[in-house]
Amino acid sequence: MVDSIHATAEAPSRAVRRGPEPARPRLLRRRGRRLNRYTGAPLVLISVNLLLFVTFFVWPAVTGLLYSFTSYTGVGDAPYVGLDNYQRLLNDKAFYSALTRTVTFTAGVVPLTIVLSLGTAVLLVTDYTKGKSVARIIFFLPWLISPIIAGVIWRWMFGENFGLVNFVITSLGGKEVPWQSNANLSLFVVIIAAAWGGTAFNMLLFVAALKNVPTAYYEAASLDGAGSWAKFRNITLPAIAPTTFIVVLLSVLGSMKEYALVQAINAGGPGTANNLIVQYIYTKGFQRAQIGYASAASFVLMLILMVIAIVQLVINRRRES
Amino acid sequence: MAATTAPSAVRRPVKQGMTGDLTKKFWATAIMWLMVAVYGLPVLWFLLSSFKPAGELFSYPLTFFPKHPTIKGYTQAWTSFDVAKYFVNTLIVAVSATVLTIVASAACGYALAKYNNWWVKAFALCILATTMLPGEVILAPLFLVVRDLHLYNSLSAVVVPAVITATGTFMFRQFFLTVPNDLLEAARIDGSGELSTLLRIMLPLSRPIMLTLAIFSFQWRWNDYIWPLVVLNDPGKYTLQIGVATIVGAENVNWSVLLGASVLSMIPLVALYLVFQKYVMNADINAGLKD
Repeated sequence: MVDSIHATAEAPSRAVRRGPEPARPRLLRRRGRRLNRYTGAPLVLISVNLLLFVTFFVWPAVTGLLYSFTSYTGVGDAPYVGLDNYQRLLNDKAFYSALTRTVTFTAGVVPLTIVLSLGTAVLLVTDYTKGKSVARIIFFLPWLISPIIAGVIWRWMFGENFGLVNFVITSLGGKEVPWQSNANLSLFVVIIAAAWGGTAFNMLLFVAALKNVPTAYYEAASLDGAGSWAKFRNITLPAIAPTTFIVVLLSVLGSMKEYALVQAINAGGPGTANNLIVQYIYTKGFQRAQIGYASAASFVLMLILMVIAIVQLVINRRRES
Repeated sequence: MAATTAPSAVRRPVKQGMTGDLTKKFWATAIMWLMVAVYGLPVLWFLLSSFKPAGELFSYPLTFFPKHPTIKGYTQAWTSFDVAKYFVNTLIVAVSATVLTIVASAACGYALAKYNNWWVKAFALCILATTMLPGEVILAPLFLVVRDLHLYNSLSAVVVPAVITATGTFMFRQFFLTVPNDLLEAARIDGSGELSTLLRIMLPLSRPIMLTLAIFSFQWRWNDYIWPLVVLNDPGKYTLQIGVATIVGAENVNWSVLLGASVLSMIPLVALYLVFQKYVMNADINAGLKD
């Protein structure tokens, strides 16, 4: 009450000093306060999400952190072992190889996905292409196909003795390529499949961003005699930079957590050479029942993801300022 | 933003040389169709193969089109491998999760957009945090929570944790931010309660967002793999993805059944997409968050 009297009393003197403009902040402030009087409604509205957030996010995160200091197996008690799990992780070769494989995989998938999704988005937005409606559906198919089915498709394409790719290679006089028994080649297949599957969603983001670039910039550039490439580099790329940032961030975080696709293509094979980090966690936690140890691995993964996200956010902020 | 600023923004578009335009059109279209081939070929090859009889699948030289087309792979998948059951399970999961997601996201998104309480803002940050640390990262403890809630091995264990999504919430928030506050104020002056304003005025306005989120949510749940795998144990409760994965993981992969089952499992989503594709393409998911 006192506040509102104060505000109205102050307003006229301001209005006299600077004309009609300063009236705006006062109005905004008052509206904000009026909205603030409603507590019941927003509480009801967020209650479902709040409940779910606490149950399926805060609770598991806290128990996970606690269990990571124990040797819990899922049943019985959870003996406290201190930092033992984390120490074991540091010395676990399988963990390191899963981690490095995940990083290699991410380093392969992300640039490929960006180029492909930006390329397809540009082709779908530009006036120069014909037959967009069909192309749009085909480009989108991989998004509809689940990672498991996508895995089956690529396994079928790259089968060593029966696959189409090897058939084409041998028909052209080449030698059969060991797509499954060579660890690096089988990772390569997974990377191709992941980029193929990850294009459509990112393309959607890029299409929305490209449509929002003001056409006036292009017209002005054309007047100045700029070519297509110059326009793309100097107008399009800077204009869609915020979207590119989000696409990079999401693709990196997404690739770090890939599981289903790898499982369906080669189950992390040959052997365990291509186990990615989530597969490692899944195997330890659910097949070997080492919940405590798996939780510790989860927290290391979580830490890595957070560091990646924060580093990218900081870089983005620095570039913007 | 762009280094070039428009000196005269409202100038007529410049007419370009006709020949230059034509070559550009030719090359752009050619490149696009090459990409279409790259993206479509694996699916086409897969689809055509699924109509080949088992003997023809591996007979060299491979042929692109099936010589003796048959639907035996499909009938075999349908009978020998409980596709119908998995279908029903997946449908239950996808539909109920989608409906609940829309209800929860609309309500929460509206609160985030139209109320200024400090705790509403704090909760927005909490929701954002869930995108950084999604289910895969806390897989084992999340499983324990579901077990302690006595949800293990029930379809609701797949549905309930999936209801809260940052993408959905922020899609609705962004939309409601664009709805003028005056509308809300007018409703208040007319004596409409807060919740009935949401139900009767705001929700009908947000129909396009609802539809977009519905398609997204349906796709996420239909294609979900690792979470159902963790919380479902009884084969009678399996979803399609787990079902298909069991054939993939078999000692001797029965390719003709696998191809049939895979194609069958894709059909509902592809059909749904074909019907609603213009909404998906227009979805300006500017919050840019993925589940």
